[in-house]
Amino acid sequence: MDKIVVENLSLKYSDGTESLKDINLTIPVNVIYVLFGPAGGGKSTFLRVLNRLNDLADVTQLSGKVLLDGQNILDPKTDVIQLRRKVGMVFARPVVLPMSIRANLTYGLELAGQRSQTRLNGAVESSLKKAALWEEVKDRLDEPAISLSGGQQQRLCLARVLAMEPDVILLDEPTSGLDPISTGRVEAALQELKEQYTIIIVPHSVQQAARIADVASFFLQGELVETAQGKDLFVNPKDQRTQDYVEGRFG
Amino acid sequence: MKAARTSNFRHIFQKIGYGTLTVMTLLTVLPIVLVVAYIVYQGLPAISWEFLTDFPREGMRQGGIWPAIVGTIYLTLGTAIFSVPLGVAAAVYLAEYAPDNNWTRLIRLAIINLAGIPSVVYGLFGLGLFVIFLQFGTSILAGSLTLSIMTLPVIISTSEESLRSVPQAFRVVSFSLGGTRWQTIRRIVLPEALPGVLTGVILGLERAAGETAPILFTVAAFYLPRLPESLFDATMALPYHLFVISTSVPGMPIQIQYGTALVLLAFVLSMNLFATVIRSRARARRQW
Repeated sequence: MDKIVVENLSLKYSDGTESLKDINLTIPVNVIYVLFGPAGGGKSTFLRVLNRLNDLADVTQLSGKVLLDGQNILDPKTDVIQLRRKVGMVFARPVVLPMSIRANLTYGLELAGQRSQTRLNGAVESSLKKAALWEEVKDRLDEPAISLSGGQQQRLCLARVLAMEPDVILLDEPTSGLDPISTGRVEAALQELKEQYTIIIVPHSVQQAARIADVASFFLQGELVETAQGKDLFVNPKDQRTQDYVEGRFG
Repeated sequence: MKAARTSNFRHIFQKIGYGTLTVMTLLTVLPIVLVVAYIVYQGLPAISWEFLTDFPREGMRQGGIWPAIVGTIYLTLGTAIFSVPLGVAAAVYLAEYAPDNNWTRLIRLAIINLAGIPSVVYGLFGLGLFVIFLQFGTSILAGSLTLSIMTLPVIISTSEESLRSVPQAFRVVSFSLGGTRWQTIRRIVLPEALPGVLTGVILGLERAAGETAPILFTVAAFYLPRLPESLFDATMALPYHLFVISTSVPGMPIQIQYGTALVLLAFVLSMNLFATVIRSRARARRQW
């Protein structure tokens, strides 16, 4: 089943920097979909189209369609707030909100109007377990989130998204600032999560891309160069540019 | 050998530089220390329970300054009631909602210019608008409104700056979790900016408490041997009282003048101290 279908998506920022040129791709449900390529290729921009976070940026031109469960989310009538509850995002730098660990997790739910303490507590526990953080923080939920280590903070950010029970999770280089052990924990968590969610990730290295990809797309200067299942793109790329990048000739 | 000598020279120059800067810094601190010390020295003998809580007597040459203290407290509170909600709301609008266009640039320019207007001009404006046109008379209401207009630019600019210093990443995260702009402001941005906003508010009110010119035509009474009873009453106030007893009352004991100055100074400096305490405590528990 296809979760997201992108048709002829083009985007330009007003200052003429990073843009997207006629992107077409299909993201199946319950996979880890990897977007990789050199910096400035449009990967982050693409992610931020999927939850309309680009509404905040200076976008001058946006055309094409992005269908999420058949609904075009670029339609001006889309309820952006609802969309963002359904499409969660984890950023490159772990940004914990200036409040307790628990409050970070319940923030989104409370904004959505959830008042039941039982529900909120349940969401705290289950999201922390899914993000493989529960054992480390279960006795200190009321401490400031900033007191956690970098790796824990990033898993908290992931848990914070999971607490919203989204359909799709976007991750923009979620392990770029983490040590190898923390990175391993996040990657392991993602492998379990894909059973329930559709995961779209910009990895921080080609190695990571190859490790976790179910499907991978190579982005270069705003263009989608090619897409392949599993590790094909890393073992057997068809396009010369992909091959050059994967083999480390540029980027 | 040569290298050693240049590094030696550099060392000496550095010492001279540090020395100069230290002296300069001390010179800037000197006046405030002298002012405070002199006023405390001259005014302290006048301070007594009677001086603080009694009405002026014998043409203000004896007795206390109680009505002026009360008047200044009323005026400061009145100014706070008008200027704080308006100023903070304006700052939130400018920092969080306003698009960056000519219109908002004009608003900012107006605010900056408002801060540069001499206080006596505010006084005249308040006389024309509040006292005469709106017929509030010489009253606490007219005085508070005049002081509010004068205070607004300080509150708006410091609050706006404080709101802007809240990391953009917090806002983005809040939006990405389905927060609306207002939810984000109320739950993240305002609480984080609050210490800075409070500092701006107090600095603004402190200026209002110490000003003479804006209250001169709008509220201040030369001599009023009773406390104000309503918003439409005139009142005595510390800065104006100080002006009066220093210029218009012959045979005024110098002690009472400096005593009054000391009380005004203490009032304003304690507000300042309060602002500093808030800021440093907030910095200590800042979570980013």
